[in-house]
Formats: sequence, C-alpha cells, structure tokens
Amino acid sequence: MTLIKTSYGRRSFLKTSALASGGLVVGFSWLASCNPSTKDVAKMPKEWFEINGYLKIGDNGLATIMSPNPEIGQNVKTSMPMIVAEELDIDWDHVIVEQAPLNTAIFTRQLAGGSESIMHGWDGLRMAGATAREMLKQAAAQQWEVPISEVTTDRGIISHKATNRTMGYGEVASLAASLPVPKEVELKSYDEFKIIGNSTRNVDGLKLVTGKPLFGIDQYQEGMLIAMIVAPPAFGLKLKSYDDAKARSMPGVKDIFTINTYESVKGKSMFDVDAFPELIVVVGNTTWEVMQAKKAIEAQWEPFEDYQENFTGFSGQNIISQNVPAGRENSEDHYKIMEAMSLKASKIARKDGDPETAFKDAAKIIERSYTAPFLSHSTMEPMNFFADVTSDKAILSGPVQTPEFMEKSAAERLGLPLHKVELNMTRQGGGFGRRLYGHFVVEAGVISQKTKSPIKLIYTREDDMTFGTYRPAYHARYRAALDKDNNLVGFHVRAGGIPESPLFANRFPAGAVDNYLAETWDVPSNITVGAFRAPRSNFIAGVEQAFLDEVAEEAGKDPIDFRLELFERAKNNPVGESNDYDPNRYAGVLELAREKSGWGRESTEGVYRGVSAYYCHNSYVANILDMVIENDQPVVKKVYAIVDCGIVVNPIAAINMVEGGTVDGIGNAMYGGLVFKDGAPIQNNFDRYRLIRHKESPKEIEVHFVDNSEHPTGLGEPPFPPVMGALANALYKATGQRHYDQPFITNKKVIG
Amino acid sequence: MATFNLTINGESRQVDVDPSTPMLWVLRDHFKLVGTKFGCGIAQCGACTIHISDVAVRSCQLPVSAVGEQEITTIEGLSENGDHPVQKAWLEQDVPQCGYCQAGQIMSASALLKANPNPSDEEIDQAMDGNICRCGTYLRIKKAIKTASSTI
Ligand code: FES
Ligand code: FES
Repeated sequence: MTLIKTSYGRRSFLKTSALASGGLVVGFSWLASCNPSTKDVAKMPKEWFEINGYLKIGDNGLATIMSPNPEIGQNVKTSMPMIVAEELDIDWDHVIVEQAPLNTAIFTRQLAGGSESIMHGWDGLRMAGATAREMLKQAAAQQWEVPISEVTTDRGIISHKATNRTMGYGEVASLAASLPVPKEVELKSYDEFKIIGNSTRNVDGLKLVTGKPLFGIDQYQEGMLIAMIVAPPAFGLKLKSYDDAKARSMPGVKDIFTINTYESVKGKSMFDVDAFPELIVVVGNTTWEVMQAKKAIEAQWEPFEDYQENFTGFSGQNIISQNVPAGRENSEDHYKIMEAMSLKASKIARKDGDPETAFKDAAKIIERSYTAPFLSHSTMEPMNFFADVTSDKAILSGPVQTPEFMEKSAAERLGLPLHKVELNMTRQGGGFGRRLYGHFVVEAGVISQKTKSPIKLIYTREDDMTFGTYRPAYHARYRAALDKDNNLVGFHVRAGGIPESPLFANRFPAGAVDNYLAETWDVPSNITVGAFRAPRSNFIAGVEQAFLDEVAEEAGKDPIDFRLELFERAKNNPVGESNDYDPNRYAGVLELAREKSGWGRESTEGVYRGVSAYYCHNSYVANILDMVIENDQPVVKKVYAIVDCGIVVNPIAAINMVEGGTVDGIGNAMYGGLVFKDGAPIQNNFDRYRLIRHKESPKEIEVHFVDNSEHPTGLGEPPFPPVMGALANALYKATGQRHYDQPFITNKKVIG
Repeated sequence: MATFNLTINGESRQVDVDPSTPMLWVLRDHFKLVGTKFGCGIAQCGACTIHISDVAVRSCQLPVSAVGEQEITTIEGLSENGDHPVQKAWLEQDVPQCGYCQAGQIMSASALLKANPNPSDEEIDQAMDGNICRCGTYLRIKKAIKTASSTI
C-alpha cells in the first residue's frame, strides 16, 4: 500500500458534487430509451449516496461509477471505471457505469486524444476509489465503535475481524457520504490488484449487439428536425450565390438558409479548424427528404483570396498563425512540390556532430525518399450533432473528442454564458482524431438557434469525406553514411509535408549516431488537416523503419541486430540531449519480438518476414510481420505485436486495440489515399476510398505485453504506425522490390 | 407519398412515405429503429444490413416500395433478449471497439450462418467482405462467427 495525499494538483473533485444532488440516477434520460429490463430494475437500490464526483453507492451495495472521458472505441468507458472500482474494492459485477457529464472541475481532462486517457486519468481515478473506500471504512468504524485501523474491506464487504462482524458497503453508504474527506488515503500496490489486469468485457457490449441507441446519430427528441449542409465542392472555393426555389417546394422541407459557423467568434482554438466556414443548410422533417432537397439546390461557388487564420494552441496561450493560400490544388502538383522541397536545404531541427564531414568521408551512402498521400479519417459514424438552443440555454449532445473546447466555442458563438451551455457526450462511432475538430458542434448550435427548434445535424458520407481535417501529404528523404566497417556514422533526415511536417527530430535514431542532421519543411495549402491517429508518427515511423532495413541490408547486418546495436549506443553513450525515448524499453520490445516470433530460426518456405519497432504516445511497439504470396497478391499471414505500455488495465480490450491498430496500419499503408484534383478529393465515398476489408485483414495477430509495473500509457495510437514499416520490409522480401510510395497497392499489381 | 404495410420484426407496421425512401431511413426516422446504421448510403459498407426473408440486404439501397410482403428483421428483432447465438458469441469474444459497424456485421453473420451453419474461412471472408469495420475488429468477428457456428 502507498499512502497518498488527497489533494491532487488543483483537483477539487472530492468536495464538489458531479451531480445535481444525491438521490436517483441522473443521466441522459432522454437518450436512455434503452429500456432497462425488469430484472435490472429489480436490482436497483432504493437510494443512491454520492460519495464523491466519481461514484455513488446504493443502499444495496451497488456502485455507480462515472466514466469521465469520451468513448470513441478505445474502451475507456470500461477501463477507467475499472480503476475506480479497483481502489474502491468492490466486485465488478456490482458496478454500473455511467457516462459522466462534462465537468472538468471534477474530471479534469475530458478529452479523447493523444492516447492519454488512462495515463492522465490513472492517479485521479485511483484516488476517487480509494477515498470512497476510506470513507466507507470510517463509517463502519464509527458504527461499530472500533478503530478504523482494525477495519478491512474485501469486494464490497467491510469486516471487523476481532468481533467477527461484517457489513456491505450499502449499509454504511449514507453515513459515509456525510463524512469529511480524509486527508490521506491508502492506494493498493500493484500485486494487490484484483480488477486491474483482468479481462473485463465492454460495459456497452449487450447494448451494442442488440442495437440500442447509444450513438450521437441515434438521438431523437420530440419535435426534432433533421439538418444537413451543402459545402463548397472543392477546397479553394466559397459560396457565391444559390437558388433554392426547387428545393424549398420539396416535401418535408422546412427551411433553407446559410450560416457562417464561426462568425463573431474571436479566439478560435486549434480544434476550431473548419474547412468551409460558410454553408448552405437544409432543415426538414426526415433525413431522406432533406437529402433529396440538398441535391436540388443550385449553388454557385467562387474562388477565395489568400487569407490568414489564427488559432490558439492546446494550452490556450500560443497563437498558431496559418496562411491559407488561394487556388484549387492537385495531388499531382503536390508530389512535384514535395520532391523539389526535399532537394533543398531546409530548416535545421537538430544537428549532432559533423554530418557534412561524415557524409564526405563515408565509404557508402544510402539515400532514399518516401511519400504518403492525404488520408481521410472516415469514422464509421459520420459527423453529426444534436442541438436544442433556446433564448436562454443550449443543450448540445453527440460525438466529439474535445467536448470542453467545443462547449466554449459554441457558447461564444451562440452568445450564451458557458454555464448555460450543456454538452453531453454520446458513444462515438470512431474518432481517429477527426472528432477533435468540432465545427459540427457549433454548426448544430447555430442551426438550432436559427430554426428555434431542436435539430440533429447529419453529414452524408460524401459530406464527411470531402469536409476533412485530413492527415497531411508527407515526404521524407533519408541518407545514411556507413564507414568501411559498415558502422552507421552519419544519419540525415529531411522531412516535410503539405501543409505540415512529419518530423520528430529527437526520436530514434537520434541519440544513437554521432553525426546526425534533421531538417524540416512545410508548404502551405488550403486543404485543412488535423491530427489523425498517431499524427506524424503515422508516416515517419514506417518510412524510418523501412529505411533502417535497407541500411542494415547494405551493412550486411541482421535488421534486429543492427537496431539493437544502435540502442546499445543510446543506452551507454547517448549522443546529444533530449532524446525522446528510453532505449531500454525500446530494445526490450524488439528483443521480445525476436524471441516470440522465433526470428532467425529457419523460416518456412514461402513466408517472408519484416520487422519494425517504434515509440510514440508514450508506448513502445515492435512488430514482426509474416507475408505470403497468393494468386500474385501479398497476403499478411501473421503479425506479432509486442507492446510495452506499462500496466495493462484491461487485457481483452488492450489486445483489441492492438489488433485494430495493426489492421488499420496495414490498411492505410496498403490502400489508403485521398487524391485531389482541382481542389476536390476524387474519392468521396467507400466505393473509391479504400478501407481495409475482411479479406485483406491479417489472418492472425499475436499480441504480447511486456510485463512490468510502469505507469500505464495508452494504446489508441502506438500500435498503428510501426506495422507500416514491418509491412514494407516484408513486402520487399516477398517481391524483391522496395515500396517507397503509399499506398503500396492501388489498383496496380505489386509484383513487378 | 404512399402507404406501405410492412412486417418488421414480426409486427405489422404502416408508413406513409415517398416510395423511393430507402428502408434504412424508414426504420431509423419513422420507426425509431436506429440499431440499423447509416455508413455510406451506397451499399459499400454494410452498416445498414438487415434481413429480408432471412437474407442479408443493404437497407440503404432498398426502396420501401420494393419490400412488399417480405419479412424484415433488424438487429432489434434478431432475438428477444440479445441471446441469438451470434450475439452471444459477439459478447463472448468482446468484439466491438467503437461498435458502430457491429449491428451490420451481426446481421451479415447471422444470415450467413442461417444459410451455411459451418462456413469455411474463405466463405466467411466472402460473406463478410461488404461489411467494413473501420476499427479493424475483423479477427474477432471471424472468431465470433466460428464460436456461433459451433453452438448452432
Ligand atoms: S449504409 Fe448501406 S451499405 Fe453503407
Ligand atoms: S467497431 Fe468501430 S467500425 Fe467496427
């Protein structure tokens, strides 16, 4: 056990109440048309007692635990409450999970991004559970008139051994709720965990497999209208005029108007990125009717002039100033521009030693360049949001990864004080970074305010795919210098993108090579981009790992040995400062991958292997990928994924995330790509935009976690980038050809 | 506008809509059966899969006027209490991530098993290829289909 103080930063959750008052369950009752069965109702307590903002205990010993963060498929709705339940010391079967309201005074970081929900939530969640347990013990001790030190708990039962008395949490919940918050509480030690580390199935599982309305797009309220948008058909264009005469006369249509989403909003945050600020809106009775009317609108568009946009960064302090150039861009030009940029000296991001001399004196120089296209997030649930705005308050509800930020933007735009705006989080049909940018929340609010009616804004798939905050298009040129003994003596990366660079100057192999140079460049574009699952890493990891594979081959070394040699150097005698990785944990996953996959043992005929390892978003992942060729096509037979993310809270879900990230990495590297022509993506739905499908999925993924008691880190992003490198390296082995440009497979055959 | 008499999950229902309205929107907007999901609208993702006389059909491309007297089953009607073997297998394998595609996956899988209780890997791939899972739960889906297959 460890004793900790209950004051935790500026956190005040222990005194503040998350809910209106104690008493009955409050929640999204209007959304809770998922009728609880009579069996469930019978199990419900007569009264709930709120112990702190995170949890309440019923008079029958059930606990309701709040899940603070947005659920986008990363399974925090199960894993975060598990951490609370662990320290509360209650049987998981006696836990009901509820999505918490947005209240960052209590729940701090209610954001789904950076794979940080568990990492940041860990201490606070444990404290919430431990504090409640301490108060329950205190209440029992008072009731029994014994010292608290003699009182123990086990899965919801409080005992006093000396007098052989026991009682359930429910019996003292009322008293516990009235006690002062203890100054110090005990936390369990790693080996005392009973819930953490045990596979626990998704708390929404039954609702999901029976089709209950959990998602934003499923929301309904009496009198609600459906709203859809018509946005410019290409980047570089804005609305000139439109004729809605025909559309207005169509059945079910209530109104057609334009909105300027961020009009009068002063301090836009980085999450207010908005490709098309002026939109035509169609409001009507049903989705199909609105869809038809939308098609009947005749709009004229015109080019816009260059302009400058300012956003505040994540902290709210720094200003990011962005140049938005005029014009209708083409991917073909982008590739030419990127190639030209990669041949020019660029801004130096890091320099160690004397790279110029190292390359001048090298026995061998290897130089390669790599590209990747724009990607669309394509969450399965298209963008949507519910809004009910009246003159004095706004209720906004739906899927968004940045609820706190969007609540602020909406309040400002709607001219309401923040406390008059309530933003509820629904389950989200995928995030991948797309829902960090919540312009659709503001749009929904403005539309509801204008129509004086509750509305649900829905994007069609075409709207969703063409109204992007895409993964940028990237380029990286690498050079490696080998001496006559095949030692890596110089390393040079020059990376950039449209409109953002993927470079991480301080990541491996920085720190492991004496002479190192990293350069970065970017070229402005009016195509809006944003974070996409493992931003920047989702390109640079794969290409770096493919390049190192070629360097190892040129040096005549086994690719794993070659990397491990570099990690040895970084461990014992690192070059430079601020290297952004722990070489021990990095080498650790690679060594375990070698062991688990039987790397180097006589490989099976016709099976081609590639290796990679990467560190991002605080976790380490190594992959070994086995490929076979069937009917002239590469087939991924098996992937080994070795992960070090510290303590694994919920193995069954963690494995799911690793499998999903692996499939996604292979999918995007093989098939993903959004191509622009005259400012418009030529793919606007799944007939042309390729996502990986059942048949193309790896046949097997074997996941291993490094067993340690390090502070837990995330899994939403880390398993995604590295597999692209292992894939490229296996593809080379299988086909004899290196693949430098993603997607590796478009419609062409890969075998040369 | 026209009136249509439909049999949905064993109940007769009536709706007054334009004949071109896809079943997807009839279910979601008119009957509030929102378990059937909208993903693409062009029969490319499978999120909207329902059963028409036990066969998996993409409801986004099925006009209400084409249904006639055939029985419609949606995810809500697949079983009374979520205890269809496929649903049970989905829970056992803890398949969903975001979960948005899963109703469609389950409807495709249950139609497959109805027609072919012991599908091979290739037959599963074939039958499920029209159902995209953006989260990449394909391996668990396949495992769950096999689990369900062994209990049918
Ligand atoms: S919504 Fe029908 S197949 Fe995608
Ligand atoms: S579980 Fe998210 S799309 Fe399949």
